[in-house]
Amino acid sequence: MAQIVKSTKACTVNPLKMSQPIGGALAFMGMRGAMPLLHGSQGCTSFGLVLFVRHFREAIPLQTTAMSEVATVLGGFENVEQAVLNIVKKTGPELIGICSTGVTEIKGDDLAGFVTQIRDRHPELADLALVQVGTPDFTGAFQDGWAKAVKALVEGLVEPPPADAKRDVRQVNVLPGCHLTPGDIDELRDIIEAFGLEPTFLPDISGSLDGHIPDDFTPTTLGGTGREEAAAMGLAGWTIAIGEQMRPAAEALEKKAGVPFRLFDRLTGLAPCDELICFLSEISGRPVPRKYRRQRGQLVDAMLDGHFSIGGTRVAIGAEPDLLHALSHFLHEMGAQIRTAVTTTQSPVLSELPCETVLIGDLEDLEEGAGDADLLVTHSHGRQAAERLHIPHFKVGIPMFDTLGAAHLVTIGYRGTRDLIFTLGNMLMEHHHEPQPEDWRDAWLQLTTAPLTEEEPVP
Amino acid sequence: MATTTPSLNQTIQDVFNEPGCGKNQAKSEKERKKGCTKQLQPGGAAGGCAFDGAKIALQPITDVAHLVHGPIACEGNSWDNRGAKSSGARTYRTGFTTDMDENSIVFGGEKKLYKSIREIVEKYDPPAIFVYQTCVPAMIGDDIDAVCKAASEKFGTPCIPIQSPGFVGPKNLGNKLAGEALLRHVIGTQEPEYTTPYDINIIGEYNLAGELWQVKPLLDELGIRILSCISGDAKYKEVAWSHRAKAAMMVCSKAMINVARKMEERYDIPFFEGSFYGIEDMSDSLREIARLLVERGADAELIDRTEAVITREEARAWAAIEPYRQRLSGKKVLLITGGVKSWSVVAALQEAGMEIVGTSVKKSTREDKEKIKKIMGDDAHMYDDLTPREMYRMLRKAEADIMLSGGRSQFIALKASMPWLDINQERHAAYAGYHGMVELVQEIDRSLSNPVWQEVRRPAPWAGEEASWQDRAIGESADMPREPTAPAKAA
Repeated sequence: MAQIVKSTKACTVNPLKMSQPIGGALAFMGMRGAMPLLHGSQGCTSFGLVLFVRHFREAIPLQTTAMSEVATVLGGFENVEQAVLNIVKKTGPELIGICSTGVTEIKGDDLAGFVTQIRDRHPELADLALVQVGTPDFTGAFQDGWAKAVKALVEGLVEPPPADAKRDVRQVNVLPGCHLTPGDIDELRDIIEAFGLEPTFLPDISGSLDGHIPDDFTPTTLGGTGREEAAAMGLAGWTIAIGEQMRPAAEALEKKAGVPFRLFDRLTGLAPCDELICFLSEISGRPVPRKYRRQRGQLVDAMLDGHFSIGGTRVAIGAEPDLLHALSHFLHEMGAQIRTAVTTTQSPVLSELPCETVLIGDLEDLEEGAGDADLLVTHSHGRQAAERLHIPHFKVGIPMFDTLGAAHLVTIGYRGTRDLIFTLGNMLMEHHHEPQPEDWRDAWLQLTTAPLTEEEPVP
Repeated sequence: MATTTPSLNQTIQDVFNEPGCGKNQAKSEKERKKGCTKQLQPGGAAGGCAFDGAKIALQPITDVAHLVHGPIACEGNSWDNRGAKSSGARTYRTGFTTDMDENSIVFGGEKKLYKSIREIVEKYDPPAIFVYQTCVPAMIGDDIDAVCKAASEKFGTPCIPIQSPGFVGPKNLGNKLAGEALLRHVIGTQEPEYTTPYDINIIGEYNLAGELWQVKPLLDELGIRILSCISGDAKYKEVAWSHRAKAAMMVCSKAMINVARKMEERYDIPFFEGSFYGIEDMSDSLREIARLLVERGADAELIDRTEAVITREEARAWAAIEPYRQRLSGKKVLLITGGVKSWSVVAALQEAGMEIVGTSVKKSTREDKEKIKKIMGDDAHMYDDLTPREMYRMLRKAEADIMLSGGRSQFIALKASMPWLDINQERHAAYAGYHGMVELVQEIDRSLSNPVWQEVRRPAPWAGEEASWQDRAIGESADMPREPTAPAKAA
């Protein structure tokens, strides 16, 4: 049980958090033929664009309503309308996903009303999907923006099945949290398909941001889930939601189309993977494929081999709630001690974290709390802290701008967990302290200062 | 100087009235009031906001704490992402923001800002704190001027308000607003320990990838002291005493012309506009620096020494480029960048024998365009607004062999399996001075001659009869006419 502490500092130093609108925009990027649109000043979009380009190393579709000072006072609707018309003219998208920002929320723009108005005034846009979501910069964090946008996609695109419709039990909806990389989504798709099930991901950034070479140039997204696929999600047998952040979207889907859901709060670690595999076996009526039985064995073996280097280490970890939840429980299960945990926003998972306190704070807090930590786990902005702390830095989450293959980092499933153990174990082994002649000169003093872990020995 | 602080609107008008900018002066009073930037098109705009521009211009000051007053988006989504290098302090790479929440919106963010300043003073003790105004606090009426004034008096650390809410305009305007803040609050507030007849300011150079250090050794050799660089690798005090320089060079086109011009007006520091990109530009810049210094009282022998250095360095650079000239001769370059780089790089590439098939002039001033015409001839292919689709088409049709641009458009080239080189602010390579131009040529050669292009264009073994567009592009490139098919010319 962890106590949730909110930082009392006035000044955020070295932010861990990013804003809601770009979290929402990323969700829209998991839709086919999509153009996310931030309703705000052009800088809001520009910063998000640069961030995603550096992380995914991909062209990023993202537009702005380019609110000027005058428009901020007088206009609003005209900018959204014009932006939609211009995007349609220039890029011919199937979907425009609109996120509000701090500026337009304070101004009080009614995006939902705007969309209705645009629909009324432009019947020629009937084929275009318009999904809007309120994502002010001054509340919540990236993860919240993603969650809200996915919920908006569900509410806007999924069609309730007709009363006499028969559910296709082989169809499974998957609502992935934003902590899943394109690589994670591919891994999950493989696992689900191995049971003869047909998953539809909403959204699916593996299709759009996995780094493939397209057949032709397109200024919108290059893949992702199609509108008709999203519409058909109401006929699926089950919805699988990954991460607590996806609960509202899963509930919305259940409410709208009556699809029952099962929420997995994480897929990193042996037990949660077992749960997923059992669930898939159950709903598909198929035995667990040999491939995954083997992979489970490999994971168990990796845990045995890896616990020597990971067990007993102290880890400082900074991540958004669901990623923090997945990684810290997994590290705890490997015998690591969560020295300090910092996150960005409120979440029900925080109080269950395997550490004393979890701080809603920044990377300065993480660096201060790290103390004698052996390993730093956070996104690329932790690099300065890791340098000062002289400890290895496992980069995970968004942004990872100084790393190749951020989109393909897999940390879920038996195989992803296994590889995560190897990566972390190797990092720690490389930083292994070589014994020195003076190490034991004052050893008694050091021993008395080292705190005992609070863990009860396992009988 | 006026005792009352002019409003942001007045400041912006002032910047638009810039007499040093020929483009603005040519306009009517009414036109000028509209400002120098085109009305942004919703759904069709790209590029940063005024806050982005202000941060780009000032963040290279290394020992200052740069505090962004706004919600998390402004700093959280963008911090530590620029390539300005420091020879000492690291404070500028620390992200400070008030991270305004709903409470600060409802009750105002001034208290949180004041407390933030106090925390920074207590924990980091920087020589100054720059406070950046963003859209949200500007909307709710947070008076950062007043907070900065109170905090400066209370804590004894200069707190400099930078009035740069994003919605007032684009990056370029932000550069100038940053300059205004320096002029109003920083420049002229300290005195250097000593001055020499060889003291210069370099204005608008950000030391990206360490480019200032490519130039500095030559200045050192000539005994010319950079009293202040605004703002690459600068310390706060160096900017504060920059008014004691004898002459100034303005580097980045019009981005900070207001600083250069007003320093000339107020402190009698003559300036010239020059570039460190390209061999001849570099030589011209050194000549101009020497000429201005001699005019201001430096010993005339400086000119001879400068000429000697120029002769030596040019010879070295040409000798280093010579082996590449043949390899690069006739290679076609598509140059997508803004402002000054559109002409300063053009000259450099032509020096290496390359052909410029197109350059973007979206952010360039009329003077920039004139310069391009002078360098490239009247049929220069200047694009006002080259769409990504058009860039892609040009690369795919092999109308260009390589694209030089900023990071955001790199994938247009890479997805066409065509070489690309980063020449914008996020780049990691330094291309200034004589060395830099050799390095640029080497980089281009390295990129063009990389066997990887042959590899990545190899079709998949299962690809059908119908050739992929990549094959088509390669096929077309073989029997391409030498002249590119006429693209729409900029007006």
